[in-house]
Amino acid sequence: MPDGPGLELIRGEIEQDHPGAVLDTSFDRDQPALVVDPAQILAVLAWLRDAPGQGYRFLSSLHAADYLPAEPRFAVHYELLNRDRVERLRVKALLANPTEGLPEIDSCVELFPTAEFQEREAYDFFGIVFRGHPDLTRILLPDDYAGWPQRRDFPIGGEPVAFTYNERNYG
Amino acid sequence: MRDRQLRARDMLRGDLEGEDLERYVEERVVMTNFDKMLGWARANSMFPLTFGLACCAIEAPISLVTARYDLARFGAEALRASPRQADMIILSGRVSIKMAPVVRRLYDQMLEPKWAISMGACSSSGGMFSNYAVVQGADKFMPIDLHIPGCPPRPEAVLYGFTKLQRKIMGNPDQGWRQRYNAAGTEEWARGGPRSEPNPEAAEAYEEARGLIRA
Amino acid sequence: MASGHVPGVKHPYGPLTPGTSDAADTEVMTINIGPHHPATHGVLRLVVDLDGEVVRDLKPVIGYVHTGIEKSCEDKSYWKVIPFVERMDYVSYFFQMEAFCGAVERLIDLEIPPRAKYLRTIFLELNRIHSHLVWLGTTALDLGAISMLWYCFRERDKILDLFEMACGQRMHTRYFQVGGVIEDIPRGFEPKLREFLADMPIRVQQYQALLDRNEVFLSRTKDVGIVSRERLLELGVTGPLLRAAGEPWDLRKTFDYLAYPEMDFKIPVGTVGDGYDRYRVRVAEMVESVRIVEQALDGLPEGPFIADDRKYVLPPRSELSTSMESLIHHFKLVTEGYRVEAGEVYYAIESPRGELGCFVLADGSSKPARVHFRDPSFVNLQAFKDMSVGGYVADMIASLGMLDPILGGVDR
Repeated sequence: MPDGPGLELIRGEIEQDHPGAVLDTSFDRDQPALVVDPAQILAVLAWLRDAPGQGYRFLSSLHAADYLPAEPRFAVHYELLNRDRVERLRVKALLANPTEGLPEIDSCVELFPTAEFQEREAYDFFGIVFRGHPDLTRILLPDDYAGWPQRRDFPIGGEPVAFTYNERNYG
Repeated sequence: MRDRQLRARDMLRGDLEGEDLERYVEERVVMTNFDKMLGWARANSMFPLTFGLACCAIEAPISLVTARYDLARFGAEALRASPRQADMIILSGRVSIKMAPVVRRLYDQMLEPKWAISMGACSSSGGMFSNYAVVQGADKFMPIDLHIPGCPPRPEAVLYGFTKLQRKIMGNPDQGWRQRYNAAGTEEWARGGPRSEPNPEAAEAYEEARGLIRA
Repeated sequence: MASGHVPGVKHPYGPLTPGTSDAADTEVMTINIGPHHPATHGVLRLVVDLDGEVVRDLKPVIGYVHTGIEKSCEDKSYWKVIPFVERMDYVSYFFQMEAFCGAVERLIDLEIPPRAKYLRTIFLELNRIHSHLVWLGTTALDLGAISMLWYCFRERDKILDLFEMACGQRMHTRYFQVGGVIEDIPRGFEPKLREFLADMPIRVQQYQALLDRNEVFLSRTKDVGIVSRERLLELGVTGPLLRAAGEPWDLRKTFDYLAYPEMDFKIPVGTVGDGYDRYRVRVAEMVESVRIVEQALDGLPEGPFIADDRKYVLPPRSELSTSMESLIHHFKLVTEGYRVEAGEVYYAIESPRGELGCFVLADGSSKPARVHFRDPSFVNLQAFKDMSVGGYVADMIASLGMLDPILGGVDR
């Protein structure tokens, strides 16, 4: 992993080309992370992939998380991997939940084709719309399912367990 | 022994009459009624449907038909892929909400008499997954004849359940209890049944599905 | 029916009607290889556009065994999550346990003792052999080599006996805990394991004798489902699929975790990336795993099998009747569970299908706020379209077998 100073170097270099893109860096438990402005996420990902010193060409995982009750609520995580230097880097884009409609962010399918299914999954579970995705439909849940299950305020569902003892004795 | 020999000699000579003859025949000939024989035949030559959903599928049907826990001993090794040719469906694995209508349709396509085994905790009652995505027990949408607990149940447990089902079939139970599950009248006929008239909605859905690929 | 022509896709063996070109009117038929199908390795639904026997387009529809595991995990304390996550990819259950336990151990910065590392390595490699045996049996069954199923499952039953001896259950053993493993191996385990390890390479040779130069197998897998290495990397494909295409990428070698740095093993790498290479890579991996288990068993250090930190690890039961403090720890751990400070971690290991990553987001309470698994089968399924378009339907089924998807992991 790029260590602390290495992370700051990356941040500095991105700031030169795309000012205002990187909002924060963190180096928690040996895992570096860049917090990026969602409007410039494609520029940052393209820079990380193509800039000569970097080479984060492999997107290991694209997933979303719900940080309720913290604001902004949603985050899309991009786990990047540089296979030449064997280093991982996490890029986070924080999205707030708009009062109406769904949170939106640009889709990175053109940069990383592996994101196709994974963005659909984030849409399916959180309701995050990826602008520019070729086929943004539900992938794991039935097509007519209503609701975004993985959000923190969605109930877990299921039934309470009925015990025969209770049913028999207490009606 | 001598007695039997004497009676056999009488029989051959045509000397046994009346009560003696009846007793002789009863001892020699296996008398049964047709239902019992039918039940015995059905139980010992089941054709299970190859239907595996999740983890339990690795234990059965795959592990059950392999050499150690041989399902062929019970006459059920001919797993059929088509529901029309099968008479037993083993629901092995968790039934998710997307899969439930498919399972029901498969069950409807099977021909009578048919049996359903719910294998494992997930298909019997939702198992450990008490959440939005798993149907809490396949009982909720189709009649099940036998539940086998376990997560996953050992193949021996499934075989024990299978023998219990066999005894149930040999006892020739009345299938009318399935009315409770609305299981009569939902059979899917290929031709000539209640749903055999041309279905414009199906044609429209087909066109829409093709549109999905085109787009 | 409208005539459809997908430009740029050629028939592999020339146009359908000799004397015409590919641009002739063709009738394309959309069929549904439904969720219930004997060859789809689980409940995978494929909507396939067929032009005669040639596949023009393919759309996998998944979600038929979606269990909401990730959502359920948010409702349970950390150690209760372990049985949930092991049921995702239901053939390689130890790997999911390792991914989750490893991620939580990084979150709480807990070091596991060396004996636990070696034991975990042993069980992970046994699970890898188990997964490849299941793959080989079912894929050979799909391709028609039916007797392979019986042989592979005979070996698989031996491995499951070993699991049952050590962990109590054949599948979904809940053996790994945060901090180590839940119990030490019993006394008869080592000789029985050595007996199995002595036997396994001979069996693999027998499998290879059956399939390696088998003409039918070769014609069904040679040059079938080739995707270039660059395209595979773009699609995020890892594991034996990537290694068969010639890329020597294996997380066991690149990232140091558990006892792998101390093991001496090779990574089989293919050349062309067709079905036959994938088969050879996986069979060679089985042999390498046997070597790893032998080395781990030889070098198994003495010591505790689980970490000592009572804040996160259950105390041994023998202490419960003597020490009040142990009793309090046990009570707290079992009822509420331990609390993990806020933070997030992504930890990836090499499962039999590729990179299995676990993302755990902790928010300071005793339940994880988000558990997400980057499942290799889910990502590898994106390569399926590239593999099958332009080939025949039968080749599509062969590619599906060589892709080795496990729908429990795909759907989670």
